[in-house]
Amino acid sequence: MSFLSAKRRHPAFKPLMLLVALLIVGGLYAGFAPAGKSSAEEALAPGDAAKGRELFLVGCASCHGMNGEGGSLKPDNAQPEQFAGPSLVGVGGAAVDFQVGTGRMPMANPGAQAPRKNVVYSQQQIRDLAAYVDSLGPGPQIPTEQQYAGVNPATDPEGVAKGGELFRTNCSACHNLTGQGGALPEGKYAPALTNVENKHIWEALRTGPQQMPVFSEKNLTDQDVNQIIGYLKSVDSQPNYGGFGLGGLGPVVEGLVAWVVGIGGLLLLVTWIASKGARVK
Amino acid sequence: MAKPAQVSTEVVQPHNAVKPNPPLKKLGPAAKWGDDRVGLGGIGNFLLRKIFPDHWSFMLGEIALYSFIILLVTGVFLTIWFKPSMGEIEYQGSYQLLKGLPMSEAFASTLNISFDIRGGLLVRQIHHWAAMTFVAAMMVHALRVFFTGAFRKPREINWLLGVGLLIMGTIEGFAGYSLPDDLLSGTGLRFADGLIRSIPLVGTWVEFFLFGGEFPGTLIVPRLYMVHILLLPGLILGLIAAHLALVFYHKHSQYPGPGRTETNVVGIPMFPTFAAKAGGLFFIVSGFLTLLGTFVQINPVWVVGPYNPAQVTAGSQPDWYMGPAEGAVRIMPNIESYIGGTTWSWNVMIPGLGFLGLLFVSLGVYPFIEKWLTGDDSEHHIVDRPRNAATRTAIGVAAMSVYAMFWLSGGNDILAIRFHVSLNQVTEVMRVMVFLAPILAFIITKRICLGLQRKDQERLLHGSETGTMMRTADGGYYEPHLPISHDEAWTLTQHKQYMPLDATAADDRNGLAKKDVVSRNRSRWSRWFYKDRVEIPTAEELIAARDHIEHEKHGELDDVHDPELTGKH
Repeated sequence: MSFLSAKRRHPAFKPLMLLVALLIVGGLYAGFAPAGKSSAEEALAPGDAAKGRELFLVGCASCHGMNGEGGSLKPDNAQPEQFAGPSLVGVGGAAVDFQVGTGRMPMANPGAQAPRKNVVYSQQQIRDLAAYVDSLGPGPQIPTEQQYAGVNPATDPEGVAKGGELFRTNCSACHNLTGQGGALPEGKYAPALTNVENKHIWEALRTGPQQMPVFSEKNLTDQDVNQIIGYLKSVDSQPNYGGFGLGGLGPVVEGLVAWVVGIGGLLLLVTWIASKGARVK
Repeated sequence: MAKPAQVSTEVVQPHNAVKPNPPLKKLGPAAKWGDDRVGLGGIGNFLLRKIFPDHWSFMLGEIALYSFIILLVTGVFLTIWFKPSMGEIEYQGSYQLLKGLPMSEAFASTLNISFDIRGGLLVRQIHHWAAMTFVAAMMVHALRVFFTGAFRKPREINWLLGVGLLIMGTIEGFAGYSLPDDLLSGTGLRFADGLIRSIPLVGTWVEFFLFGGEFPGTLIVPRLYMVHILLLPGLILGLIAAHLALVFYHKHSQYPGPGRTETNVVGIPMFPTFAAKAGGLFFIVSGFLTLLGTFVQINPVWVVGPYNPAQVTAGSQPDWYMGPAEGAVRIMPNIESYIGGTTWSWNVMIPGLGFLGLLFVSLGVYPFIEKWLTGDDSEHHIVDRPRNAATRTAIGVAAMSVYAMFWLSGGNDILAIRFHVSLNQVTEVMRVMVFLAPILAFIITKRICLGLQRKDQERLLHGSETGTMMRTADGGYYEPHLPISHDEAWTLTQHKQYMPLDATAADDRNGLAKKDVVSRNRSRWSRWFYKDRVEIPTAEELIAARDHIEHEKHGELDDVHDPELTGKH
């Protein structure tokens, strides 16, 4: 300890001590904090429409109507337009699984678009809600795993390449080159596709949530969708050849770097070189 | 803001002539041989003793020059592997995510450069970063020349050569951006194709002429390749040679300061100091661009994929120097008219061709407009401090602000999604800002310039602050000032203040036409250019001020000691 007290007036002492204190507090917190629930797949019971209806009445009916008929269909209970949710008849369980499973529903507040956020319901509750919405009218079902497994780049590289071509043809107009997302009119947007579960990609294609068009089985077969998923996962996991990737946003960011880092850095170096050596009056 | 005239007091003594050391001695006969035949001695004397003023802002053009040299070197490497062909092949290279896809040979060879040629990706990235820096450095250099008024007589021709270089550099960059035939470059070409087609009446014909038929055809990449590696580099090299030759001929301009006149150049000789600095800067620029190419990814064509006219991606943007033109097209209201079976696409023609045209034409004519406003026909080798040409500086900043607004508009989708705002609102705000921003920038800049002029005047009349607070016997406080050095006073007062041109009658009393007639209109514009200024104090005022400061220093405070800050009226 005499070492510590001897160095206590060193300029780096305070910052270092702060760092040590933070490490201790953080370490203790990590040790004692309640562990988050394991996200391992629990065995899910098939959805129960009756339970789903109960959940629906609490969490969804205020916008989507008591029977999922849509908010704007209720003349007796006139709602402000932005609270009028669409009818859920025929949207199918896949739509529920996508919207609720990515946290988009229930919406926190009306806006141009429902953003992705923390999931409120448990997987079992989502199943129940899906079963209820399925009972309102036929629509796309929650897919089985082989429908969205994605082609394996190791065994089928050409399938992944074809998925890239399909992606550029069908998706990149809104979602950008490799799915970084893009702007749409009036504050709407195509979200980034990084860290999206395979299942949700399949469901989004089939149900066309929010601004997205529906890509039915006739536009893109399940095989095509698997190739697209395989491509997106491969792009996500590939290393950034050529250095820091600048967020994959293309020439705008490159131009910014050219000016700020390139010209900015060279200006600093130029002032440095000009201040060196013999100077004239 | 650089401090004006920070004048060092130490004087650098010229080196004493050093006796030539033995190795150099051996070169004697060879040098004599050359001198006898081509006058090597004279040339060497002229070149090696050539004086260059020493200031960081004079090195901006050098950055552009060295970037261009790096472009040539890296470009030669790339031509060894690049195949300028739009023939379709199936990709079988080592990048998995494109395996088996049909693509042009140009794109496939770009992928090969990136993944299968040793060092290819590094050189490609250096080449691209150098291109971005080349055009940016030219622009920064042009701004330096503009704001210091270094384009004035006798350097107008060199200014025009510089504008030519900027145009060529922009087109050269665009051609290079288009060569790899990836999805972005194809989309960029489609944009250029749209610009060409928007030319009234002949647009379609020009398009068919350039592309050899319908877009995209199979000719444009080989044609652009020729333009990119032969035609434009040749023209740029020629223009650079002329540009530098004129710099030599005019001699370099210099910042004002004691000992610097319109007839001398104060600086360091080419050899050894300037040559060492310039050579060092070349290595710094190449090292810096190599670092950028090593660590920062640029134009990852493998992610972008091969060009396919059926695909356009969100976030498709040109490289930065085409950004403002892109932005102008993006925010233009959708106006189109149909006259006698022809389509007039005002929505593309006005912003696209109009913006680029306006940018380069206004750059080109500015020196002549200013000459017309000022009627100033004298030679200028001492540059202006930007504050002393308040209106010009304000015009420059206003122009920069318009450019910036169009530039931002070119990234309206990126702005919208990154800052979570509505794309429509970004567009609408920009439609207003392209007109509002220059007005605000003009007024604000001019006020700042006049404020700085006033500050100079205050330093001349009141001296500089000492930082010492004095308390008088009756409890008042004041801060004594010290007179500024004669050198600084010279720097602050050396510039000539021009008077607005007065309108003159078109003929003399005898009805004979006069030379150098100033019209009323011209007089009005001249007054607009010159009317706002802070007068330089006269010699008497300066002497009086100096005396006053001396008195003040000795505590002999007058009751009234506040000469009018804003000068005489």
